[in-house]
Amino acid sequence: MTSALPLAGPTPLIDVHAHFFFEGCGRAEWDALNKARFRAGDRIGISIHIASILGSWGRFSPTYFASPADTTLGNDAMQAIAERHPDRVRWYVAVNPNDTDFALAEIDRRVAGGAIGVKLAAGRRADDPLVDPIAQRAADGNLPVLHHIWQHRRRHWPSQDASDGADLARLAARHPGANFILAHIGGGGDYEHTFAAVRDLPNIYLDLSGSGVDRGMLDDAYAAVGAKRLLWGADITLCTGLAKLWALEVIGLTSEEMADVRWRNAARIFSRLAWEPGTGNREQRLLGDTVLGSQRPAFGGRLPVPDK
Amino acid sequence: MIDINAYIGGYPFRHIPHPDPAILARVLEREGLDGAWVGHLPSAFYRDPTPGNDELFASLVPYPTLRPAACIRPDWPGWERALASTIDRGARAIRAYPSQWGLGADDVAIRSLCSACGEAGVPLVFTARFEDLRQRHWMDQAGDLSAAAVRAVARGNSRTRIVVCSAGRGTIEEVHWGLTPAERELVFWDISWIWGPPEDELALLLRTMGPERFVYGTAWPLRLAQTPRANLALLPDELAGVTLTDPSGW
Repeated sequence: MTSALPLAGPTPLIDVHAHFFFEGCGRAEWDALNKARFRAGDRIGISIHIASILGSWGRFSPTYFASPADTTLGNDAMQAIAERHPDRVRWYVAVNPNDTDFALAEIDRRVAGGAIGVKLAAGRRADDPLVDPIAQRAADGNLPVLHHIWQHRRRHWPSQDASDGADLARLAARHPGANFILAHIGGGGDYEHTFAAVRDLPNIYLDLSGSGVDRGMLDDAYAAVGAKRLLWGADITLCTGLAKLWALEVIGLTSEEMADVRWRNAARIFSRLAWEPGTGNREQRLLGDTVLGSQRPAFGGRLPVPDK
Repeated sequence: MIDINAYIGGYPFRHIPHPDPAILARVLEREGLDGAWVGHLPSAFYRDPTPGNDELFASLVPYPTLRPAACIRPDWPGWERALASTIDRGARAIRAYPSQWGLGADDVAIRSLCSACGEAGVPLVFTARFEDLRQRHWMDQAGDLSAAAVRAVARGNSRTRIVVCSAGRGTIEEVHWGLTPAERELVFWDISWIWGPPEDELALLLRTMGPERFVYGTAWPLRLAQTPRANLALLPDELAGVTLTDPSGW
């Protein structure tokens, strides 16, 4: 039975860390997974899913070391999904920094096709010089970079060259004009190390996603960087995403701060989002202008779309 | 409905904001739960859990909805006497931590404890993990409770209800389908650490194993108490309103 009101409340909600799948990728149940994300997203009240696809999800090349062919395949599929669901899906262009020239060309081509951010996974450590041209391209294009992070990498983990908060902090310090989203503080590892590593980097935002729901994690993230640098996301466990939204409401965030975490911070840094609160998924049918009221962005509505 | 996976007390490897029973009682009320079986978290790491049990019983006296789940270490001399004492003092369940005590899957002590719990009429509660394996402190070498360890206790058991907390789909399925139908009927799983959508592992397990195999647990104060409520709220429509087993009548 579908409830009438979203489980997370009626105000806008942007998931900055979503994934989709496609026919022929490494997940046979791809269609069920996509449908489940939309179903649960509707129940929660997600206005916009900002999503990526990492190559073929391992079918033809490793997820975290995707070949150029797989990168193209995944971005093709992601673009197609976004074009089929313009009311509720936006997307990152995913690239592997090891194929630098290809990655830069892919970013340019996909931004022209509607991508609003860049997804970097674990093909190269964040502080590797190979990542610099990508970070610079992201800065030039006002494209937030969602970077896969292992919270406090204390050893090598298989199948990825994972970065941690300290690695990303070094990259962010070199590129103060770019905005970086540190992926899934609940996605594995010691998040306390992350908070200490990025506290002083104003261009690093913490994405709350991941299956981890440790009591104290949200409090400490909030204490470390404040509500203006927190972004809500779910990644591959929407249930924990909903639990975190409910928890944020009881650990002391004000309604203004909740709005920041739910959508305003994302609307601010994704300058190409081109989404007007009240017109996204679910809220379009439930809200209307009057409910949103003062929560509209200060610039008065539709977000600016930079020149291509 | 009650929470069968709650604790009081601190955790040795990180700070926990609210390990006290007064907050637990308020959290249960907020979550719409009628009570909890409460363990003493530090006891999992004590050599002899007896002082932890004393602290548990004393701490819960003012809170009638918080029922003590005492800790019994069956490889410790005199454990039978300790078990009898906790039962006499009102233990609602018995908790054991074989991984933290270095007891392997084939250790007979845990089977002896299981049998004794059956004779005493109290459930035996295991904890698959306190934290995600990926974030363990370097001194925390215990590892997750293995499916083999649970199977070893559950096989041949015909009397004792066994509850396993904080397990994931892999462990749950490996145990469930590795038991006879009669053995399965005595094993229960809390839903605190089973993934919801889009993977929908909770929905899958409810369909394949039946909702009667599952009980409500939060893992408070280690984890957000809202998680199992969120997971149930996001079940597919055909499972909406599903009824888990309520152990309050055991």
